[in-house]
Amino acid sequence: MITLFIDNQKVAVKEGTTLLKASEKLGIEIPTLCYHEGLPPYGACRLCVVEIIGEKKNRMVAACSFLVDEGMKVLTISDRVLKRRRMIVEFLLARCPDIKAIRDLADKMGIKKPRFKTKNLDCILCGLCVRVCNEVAGIGAIGFVNRGKKLKVDTPFHLASDVCIGCGACSFVCPTGAIEMELDAVKRFRELLGIEHKCRYSLMGLVSYKVCSNNYECWRCKVDQRIRDSLATHPIFAAKKIKTEKVNQYFSFLKKIQE
Amino acid sequence: MSNSKIVTLDDLELLKEKGLNLIYPTKTKISVGMATCGISTGAREVFQAISEEVQNQKLDCVLSQTGCLGFCQREPLVDVIEPGKPKVVYAEMSYDKVPELITNIKNQKIKNEWMLCQIGEKYSPRLDGIPFYKDVDFYKKQKKIALRNCGFINPDCIEEYIAKRGYFALHKVLTEMKPKEVVDMIAESGLRGRGGAGFLTGKKWQITRSSKGKIKYIICNADEGDPGAYMDRSLLEGDPHSVLEGMLIGAYAIGASTGYIYVRAEYPQAIVKFLQAVKQAEEHGLLGKDIFNSGFNFEVRVNKGAGAFVCGEETALIASIEGGWSGPRPRPPFPAKSGLWGKPTNINNVETWANVPVIIDKGADWYSKIGTEKSKGTKVFSVVGKVNNTGLVEVPMGITLREIVYDIGGGILDNRKFKAVQTGGPSGGCIPESLIDLPVDFEKLTEVGSMMGSGGMIVMDENTCMVDVAKYFLAFLEDESCGKCVPCREGIEKMREILNNICKGEGEEADIELLEEIALTVKEMSLCGLGQTASNPVLTTIKYFRNEYEEHIINKRCPAGVCLDLISYSIDAEKCNGCGACVRPCPTQAITGEKKKLHSLDQEKCIKCGACYETCKFDSIIIK
Ligand SMILES: Cc1cc2nc3c(=O)[nH]c(=O)nc-3n(C[C@H](O)[C@H](O)[C@H](O)COP(=O)(O)O)c2cc1C
Ligand code: SF4
Ligand code: SF4
Ligand code: SF4
Ligand code: FES
Repeated sequence: MITLFIDNQKVAVKEGTTLLKASEKLGIEIPTLCYHEGLPPYGACRLCVVEIIGEKKNRMVAACSFLVDEGMKVLTISDRVLKRRRMIVEFLLARCPDIKAIRDLADKMGIKKPRFKTKNLDCILCGLCVRVCNEVAGIGAIGFVNRGKKLKVDTPFHLASDVCIGCGACSFVCPTGAIEMELDAVKRFRELLGIEHKCRYSLMGLVSYKVCSNNYECWRCKVDQRIRDSLATHPIFAAKKIKTEKVNQYFSFLKKIQE
Repeated sequence: MSNSKIVTLDDLELLKEKGLNLIYPTKTKISVGMATCGISTGAREVFQAISEEVQNQKLDCVLSQTGCLGFCQREPLVDVIEPGKPKVVYAEMSYDKVPELITNIKNQKIKNEWMLCQIGEKYSPRLDGIPFYKDVDFYKKQKKIALRNCGFINPDCIEEYIAKRGYFALHKVLTEMKPKEVVDMIAESGLRGRGGAGFLTGKKWQITRSSKGKIKYIICNADEGDPGAYMDRSLLEGDPHSVLEGMLIGAYAIGASTGYIYVRAEYPQAIVKFLQAVKQAEEHGLLGKDIFNSGFNFEVRVNKGAGAFVCGEETALIASIEGGWSGPRPRPPFPAKSGLWGKPTNINNVETWANVPVIIDKGADWYSKIGTEKSKGTKVFSVVGKVNNTGLVEVPMGITLREIVYDIGGGILDNRKFKAVQTGGPSGGCIPESLIDLPVDFEKLTEVGSMMGSGGMIVMDENTCMVDVAKYFLAFLEDESCGKCVPCREGIEKMREILNNICKGEGEEADIELLEEIALTVKEMSLCGLGQTASNPVLTTIKYFRNEYEEHIINKRCPAGVCLDLISYSIDAEKCNGCGACVRPCPTQAITGEKKKLHSLDQEKCIKCGACYETCKFDSIIIK
């Protein structure tokens, strides 16, 4: 066990715990944008920054990826932390002034208008969609293209993906609503016939026999809704994470639907 | 002999003999500097001309080639070596000088005017009044450790490397030392990484060595994306075996049996030379299985980099070798714990590796006596910009900037005033004249807001606008940011936009403060070294040249006369004698006037190209 101090409160956690998790244990909330429970830390938004008190100098680190150390003293709401976070949100507000998630953050911090030229984009490049598609669904239908200010999420060569399984995990995790399954991709599924007309759970490899009777309008599908409700998260995450017991529950549930 | 394996020390000694005969043959030898810098100034044509002319004039001699001697400005260099006499180095050779060169050699004549220096003090000088290598201003204060063989041996020839005690260190390590002893020795020497951050090499090796895992990797970082820096290229082209030997020693110490070298694809010549070195080492049994009968196996793979600056960052580089999208990832975990394919991986820079064999050969004690308290040894810098002598210089740590700029660099071009020197590559800081006596080492450079970086050094004179400089470097970094993390991607762009406005005369008084605030955010919040250092150009220019910013913002003036929107050209009525020389060079016909009478310049037409300023012999064009 490792003991450390976060905002002057003592906490003991296992070695290898991130500062974010350790803070959580104390009920201290740290804002995040690119972090997701079901994925390894990515460290891109830098909103979760906290200050570590050092012997000579204090350091600013990302709480979502930085690991605890014995005796460490951490500040999660120092003046410096707040100032830097504000600037990050100001950058994002200039990039995506119309995105609700960002506007809410800015409101909370009292930022009315960014001091910079605004851009009107909707993607904050948190990478959640790309990572969930690659690392959880194991599909890799979307990725980043270009770099720097031209960086964006796209399918290879901007062509309609022929590997996307339409699981919708990408749009599920997107904090800004920037990614939606394009009609193109859905159209590809709709063109499939008969037995090929598989429910997305079948395409995910979770079941082998359910045929979609809703013409891929998952949001109208009762089965879809019930699966989600019962798992309390997107099935892609559940399938990778939940323990056998839960998986079994899940499969018996699916079986019931089938009957 | 060339296919025989080297197994024992005797085998090595035998090849050493052979190599010495190649370096100092019993007849005349002509050798051309054929690194990329030489080739770009015509070394290939010179080499071709020499080989033809030697036949024409029936000169009995050996033709060879070598790497870069560092004095890139005076390439192509041609060495003439006669048995028992010092080597003569001719500078700025061209193919039309070759016939005379060969005739002179036949007649035992030396052409004074062409000579750069002579090398080999143990012989009596060939010509009085021509300095020996060590006495040439450019070389006097240098100390070559990493570049020890560059320009002295033929990089295509493993025997010549062995002649310079190459692979003797490897032999010692594999036959006499335990891996831990090797790590300790490198740690004791105080060697620090030359790729930028200056992490203690011995410590890094120790961490990788003690990380759990059977499979470990080492990587040589030869991405060198920093514009203007080319020491790694020069090393790989001029002495590839030294890098390879360093890697072999490191692999043994760390417990790795596979190594990668990640070279940028823009370095074809370096790739060719290194691959050739690998092949030769394999043929001689210095790579592969059971090297020197020690049971140690090692193989090397060459990876071509995609050429993005950020790919030099270690985690991005690893991702790139793995074939993924090249973005840095958060550390920890550090590569030493979890690197290539999740295995413990030790990554070092080319120059770091090249230092290793010498340290083993001459001892940690010898090495740690060179340099300053915390920065040991030497560092290679590429000195460019407004100095008289540009090139690659290797100097002991602790040498002052003044010594580099004035003694080695020969002072500022055209006797202008020195203004600042930018160290550390695009994201280094600008150091002003008041700090020119600063001893150069990792700590001191960081203290003044700059950094060692890869060893780029750009000298600037009084005609440089520091706001423009900051803008220039930020534009580079804006292009090279991978875009993954918010502060770097968005912050650099914002800073560059503000600098743009200031240079256009649209700056506001609050801009300096805003710039500083953004700069600190980018510096403290970015994910990788690119963003963390990207603010240096802005922060240092504000710190040391704040008045220049204020001039731009408040008085809408560019004191150095660089920012086009803030300057105007006019003609000094007192000085103009109506010679009319400026009329023709002006591309927009903005200057008119009768001969021998005062000319006039039409501000509306003037595009501020500066052609008239360059032409006027009477200093009557005024830039304000
Ligand atoms: C943006 C960026 C670019 C880098 N480029 C290089 C490079 O071109 N060559 C290099 O050796 N190290 C480069 N580095 C440093 C590497 O990340 C790493 O620290 C180094 O290769 C370690 O080797 P060393 O300990 O021998 O210095 C770069 C770092 C950053 C942040
Ligand atoms: S819907 Fe397609 S792109 Fe989105 S996560 Fe699923 S497979 Fe990937
Ligand atoms: S589309 Fe959404 S999830 Fe994907 S990177 Fe952009 S903001 Fe993040
Ligand atoms: S600091 Fe810049 S280069 Fe590094 S990860 Fe962030 S965006 Fe990419
Ligand atoms: S949540 Fe930590 S960097 Fe985004």
